[in-house]
This record gives sequence, C-alpha cells and structure tokens, in this order.
Amino acid sequence: MTASPAPEAPIPLWEVFLRARNGLAHKHVGSVHAVDATLALQAARDVYTRRGEGLSIWVVPSAAIVASDPADKETLFEPTGSKIYRHPTFYEVPDDVGHM
Amino acid sequence: MYSQALNAPTPLADTSPEATRFQERIDAEERIEPNDWMPEAYRRTLVRQISQHAHSEIVGMLPEGNWITRAPSLKRKAALLAKVQDEGGHGLYLYAAAETLGVSREELVDQLLSGRAKYSSIFNYPTLTWADIGAIGWLVDGAAIMNQIPLCRCSYGPYARAMIRVCKEESFHQRQGYEIMLTLCRGTAEQKAMAQDALNRWWWPCLMMFGPPDSQSSHSDTSMRWKIKRFTNDALRQKFVDATVPQGHYLGLTFPDPDLRFEDGHWRFGAIDWEEFRRVLAGDGPCNRERLAARRQAHADGAWVREAARAHAAKQRAKAA
Ligand SMILES: [Fe+2]
Ligand SMILES: [Fe+2]
Repeated sequence: MTASPAPEAPIPLWEVFLRARNGLAHKHVGSVHAVDATLALQAARDVYTRRGEGLSIWVVPSAAIVASDPADKETLFEPTGSKIYRHPTFYEVPDDVGHM
Repeated sequence: MYSQALNAPTPLADTSPEATRFQERIDAEERIEPNDWMPEAYRRTLVRQISQHAHSEIVGMLPEGNWITRAPSLKRKAALLAKVQDEGGHGLYLYAAAETLGVSREELVDQLLSGRAKYSSIFNYPTLTWADIGAIGWLVDGAAIMNQIPLCRCSYGPYARAMIRVCKEESFHQRQGYEIMLTLCRGTAEQKAMAQDALNRWWWPCLMMFGPPDSQSSHSDTSMRWKIKRFTNDALRQKFVDATVPQGHYLGLTFPDPDLRFEDGHWRFGAIDWEEFRRVLAGDGPCNRERLAARRQAHADGAWVREAARAHAAKQRAKAA
C-alpha cells in the first residue's frame, strides 16, 4: 500500500440536538465535525435531517459540555433512592375519597 | 452491515473486580456509555468493528455512485442519489460513534486511506449493468439489514443508537432495489436476463458478507458474551437466505446454486468459496485498488475546501476578538 499524506489538523467536534416538533425539547442525536458554527449547523442539517426529523437544530461545541463523572454516580444519585416520601404512592388516601 | 469478518484477537480473560462488575452490567442488559469503565479489549473490539462498519458505508457509496448519472429515469436517479447520500450519512453516524471511544476522525480516515483498515468485501465487486443497482439494494442492503437489526440492541449505547437511525433508513434501500429487479423481470426477455445475470454475480458475495463460518471465527464467543453481537454469522446467513430465496422466486429468477433446497423449514445452500472471500478481503478482489484510489482522490480533492474553511474560521475569530 502506498503511504497516505500525513493526517490533517483535527476539525472541532459539535454535538447536535434536534427539536422534532414544537412542544418537544431538543434531543441529542449525534455529532459532526466543523470549523465553525455556521458550517456545524449546515453539516448537522445534511447529516441528521434528511427526512423531516426536525424543525430546529442546536449545535454545541463538544468541548463546552461539562459532564458528571460516572464514578460519582452513587454520591450523586443514590440518596434519592431512600426518599420514597417524594412520591405520591407513599401516602395513603382511602378509596372512598376518590381519585387524588 | 458491514461489520463482517472482524479478525479480532481473542482477549485474555480479565478477572479484576471492575471487569466482573462490567460483565454483570452487560448480563443485566445495561447499556455501556462512553465514560463508563470498560475492558481495553472491549474498547478495541468496538473501535475496530464500528470503524470497519463506517468505512464500509463510505466505500459502499462508490459502486452505486457509478450509476447515478446513467440511471434510466429521473425517478430512479433521484432515489439512487438519496440512497447513496444515506450511505454517506450512515458512515458519519458510525464514525461519530467510534470517536466516543477515544479515537479521532482523522486517525480513522487515515486508516482507511492508507489501506490498513478493512471494509466489507462486497464493495470490491464491480457494478456492470443497471440491474446491479437493483441487486445491490435488494441483496446487499437486505443482508445489511439482517446484520444491523440485532446491532440496535448492542451493549454499547452510541453504536446501538447509531444503528437505530441506520435501520430506519435501510428499508427504503432494499425496497427500491427490489422494485428495480421487479421492473426488469416484468420487462423484455433481455431485461430479465440482465436481472438474472446480476443475481448470479451478487448472490455468493452477499452470502460472504456475514463473515466466516462459525467454525472458523474464534472471536465470535467474546463478542457474544459482551453482547456486541447477538447472533452468529451462520445464523444470520441462514436467516437471510430463508427470507431472500422466496423473493427471488417471486421475480421468476433462479439462484446460482445447484444445491439450494428446502429442508426442515429452511433453504439450505451449497458450499461457499471461502478462498475467494479471503482473497477479496486481503485486497485482491476485482475492485479493491480502484475503490481505495477513488477514496484517496476524493480526500485529496477536498483538501483545499477544508483548508479554506479553516482559514475562514480563523479570520472570523480574529475579527471578533
Ligand atoms: Fe447503510
Ligand atoms: Fe443501505
């Protein structure tokens, strides 16, 4: 095999979010590479909306996203497990009272 | 697909507590997400499989792209253009999924262009007539669907999500191909002969798309244990044959296999020429060199566009500062 040219400088990554229709929140659908926001929107439109999947697109530089660490899962989310009194089913209301 | 023939080495058994916990999560049908702990071999296997799959989608645009300007009607041309564009999209979804595992897009592209990466053997066969476009949609996309549907439940979240998008789009590919075949088979004797010839040439390479027989694919077990793979190569191949043979008979075509027969509820087929498969995968198929040359050319031709975009972005940033 012949040698290929040296790899080019990386093109930034953007996360793509689509609003499928008004009334729904934007939902993450994937990512694209683009040098700036205009081209990121264009690429997102070409790659993720070929069949009317969306009415609105957000693109966000992937580097701008701050994510929780999976290692902190217990610390962050376990405490709510024991707080069953935050759910309506915790409370007893006699059937005679009807739907509440 | 086109994630066939992953010649992954069998990883050593990892007995660390993390590995045990990882396997428990897999067994419980939990999805693994990018930042979760995963064994190195799981990561490597996925990078290899997802990137091979992505390369296959991209190279797969070439045999069909060959007929876009020569499609017999505007309707067929629009459909083929949309299909080839979809395949480009599939490649991009998949590259993005592979990148979540820590490999860069540039690296992946470089692996393809330098000839180090593999892609599905099927795309190294030529598209000689318009009927080949029908046969590819019907058979190649049909085989791809068979392989991709179980991947929608793959243990790695980003891969599974990409496959769900891909599968939604594949059905149109297969149906447009079958419709081309149907039209040819209802046409003149010459057109029907063209359809038969395409089936004769594509049938065996399509059966090879599912990869080596189970008896020869040692790494299959690990992929099954990790729920990257849900069915063996042979099981998927049989499913494809069972679904496809009646469709071919409906067209009034025959399959190029004298041993094909219906037995115990299945269409049993003759021996596959695995020597040919190995040859094509190793780089010696009818079109391997042409395909790589076309990809390299396209990448080189696009260099000035990427450069101009970078320069423009830098200038805008400087202006804004
Ligand atoms: Fe595809
Ligand atoms: Fe397809």
